Amino acid sequence: MTATALRAAATRSTEFELERIRAEFPILRNVRPHGKPLVFLDNAASSQMPQPVIDRIVHYRTWEHANIHRGVHYLSQKATEAYEEARRKVQRFLNAREEREVVFTSNVTDSINLVMQGYGRPFIGAGDEIILTHLEHHANIVPWQMLCEEKGARLRVVPINGAGELVLDEYERLFNPRTKLVAFTHVSNALGTINPAKDMIATAHRHGVPVLVDGAQAVQHMPVDVQALDCDFYAFTGHKIYGPTGIGVLYGKAGLLEKMKPFRGGGDMILSVTFEKTTYNAIPHKFEAGTPPIAQAVGLGAALDYVSGIGLDRIGAHEHALLQYATELLGGIPGVRLLGTAKAKAAVLSFYVGDVHPHDVGTILDQEGVAVRTGHHCAQPLMQRLGVPATARASFAFYNTFEEVDALAAAVRKVRQLFA
Amino acid sequence: MDSKQLYQEVILDHNKKPRNWGKLEGATHRSEGLNPLCGDHIWVALKLDGDRIGEIAFEGESCAICKASASMMTVAVKGKTVDAAERLVEGFRGMATGQLDSATEAKHLGRLTVFAGVKNLPMRVKCAILPWHTLHAALGREDTTTTEGAADPVGQAS
Repeated sequence: MTATALRAAATRSTEFELERIRAEFPILRNVRPHGKPLVFLDNAASSQMPQPVIDRIVHYRTWEHANIHRGVHYLSQKATEAYEEARRKVQRFLNAREEREVVFTSNVTDSINLVMQGYGRPFIGAGDEIILTHLEHHANIVPWQMLCEEKGARLRVVPINGAGELVLDEYERLFNPRTKLVAFTHVSNALGTINPAKDMIATAHRHGVPVLVDGAQAVQHMPVDVQALDCDFYAFTGHKIYGPTGIGVLYGKAGLLEKMKPFRGGGDMILSVTFEKTTYNAIPHKFEAGTPPIAQAVGLGAALDYVSGIGLDRIGAHEHALLQYATELLGGIPGVRLLGTAKAKAAVLSFYVGDVHPHDVGTILDQEGVAVRTGHHCAQPLMQRLGVPATARASFAFYNTFEEVDALAAAVRKVRQLFA
Repeated sequence: MDSKQLYQEVILDHNKKPRNWGKLEGATHRSEGLNPLCGDHIWVALKLDGDRIGEIAFEGESCAICKASASMMTVAVKGKTVDAAERLVEGFRGMATGQLDSATEAKHLGRLTVFAGVKNLPMRVKCAILPWHTLHAALGREDTTTTEGAADPVGQAS
């Protein structure tokens, strides 16, 4: 299909009330970079917050705030209820069996570090192996490297093909009796590749190996059911799913969380403390030392309600139409090279314009009001594999429009003209 | 600001045809400069002839702003004394961070004032300054330099 046909078909098929949805995101109408309408295509880095989420946070701060799990007074109970209600919302969102399988962290990096400290350090030793993939974000590489350095364990890496898809035959071959953990990203942040998580988890389980899935780029694009996936750990963050920064989630199977050592010591994670001995609190509280980001957790709960209200299937369908249209449009501009052409992709488009450095592309696009991410996307091993120092990356959210894809393409043509 | 004000002809020209590009045999001073956030990575090598920069060359992988800045820098400092080159480093840094006014206080920079526009783009200031940091490091016999931490031009300017 041509770009025009794609767009027409998508416009017909989507029952998306795009205008009404966009009106709920104040930043989209408030901000005019360099006097141009904002075309925000950097959603994979951080997405914008809709008014209902902002309102929920303001309501918490103006009506419900006190410290949680502490006082017997009215406000402490209100705050505790709001915080624990947010946990139940995450549980329902991921379809976790139990509330206590949901640990609040500060972001995905924090979630992965929690698994590294709490599970990796006690259970992974000298000569053991951890399987990662070539698509990982530094957040899912560096903690494991630190563990390997400390313990004398080693990393094994699943390679990718030219389209940016994992080579699954090679994955299967990496397993041996020393394999202790598999950690991989559900969706590549740099290329958008959707990995076949369910099959990969089943493979690992056949070898008796637990699996951590980095869902930072997945939960905002598609329904995720941790019981259907049967993953052992699943991590995601609030600010990439229309919620606030400073709040992340680690889902873990209760049996594993119970076996794990606490990561941080302090208040709220204990049952009793004497100078001789401390008895830890039950999961998930044993991992939530200190006063947590309460308002942010409440905001995350509201964000999950918001996306569930629209429906992740509809969100995914609209974003997929945008991605197809953008792929067709940008791919048709002479000199534009698309990186990452996997069959299964989320709404992420990495590209190169001729031999123009991505930072120059980013600056010129910015002057046109178009916000994209440029750089190595915290995935330097992947950039090395692709043979580029960096890429420009457009990443779409459900509030993006076909007109915004047109604006992106027009700005990319401007780059071509300037650097002709 | 329009893209054309930042990417002026002379910048685009030096990006396309960088002067003094490549390795320098028999260099007396060399340094490697890295801008880890955006990935600009260059090497500057020079041969001192007494207290003058007799020859200078650079190479690496970088954006147009960084490459053009490096190319124009090599043209500007070749044949100059170390002191004069260091004064240009200071002047360029002052202009790019917006501490010197390009029309009055940075007049001695001559054609280099085409980079004055980066002061409006904090994320790109480091791209323009990296070659100058690297030259400064080479003259001070430091092997590597970066635009981060204590050497952060934007951090120091604010």
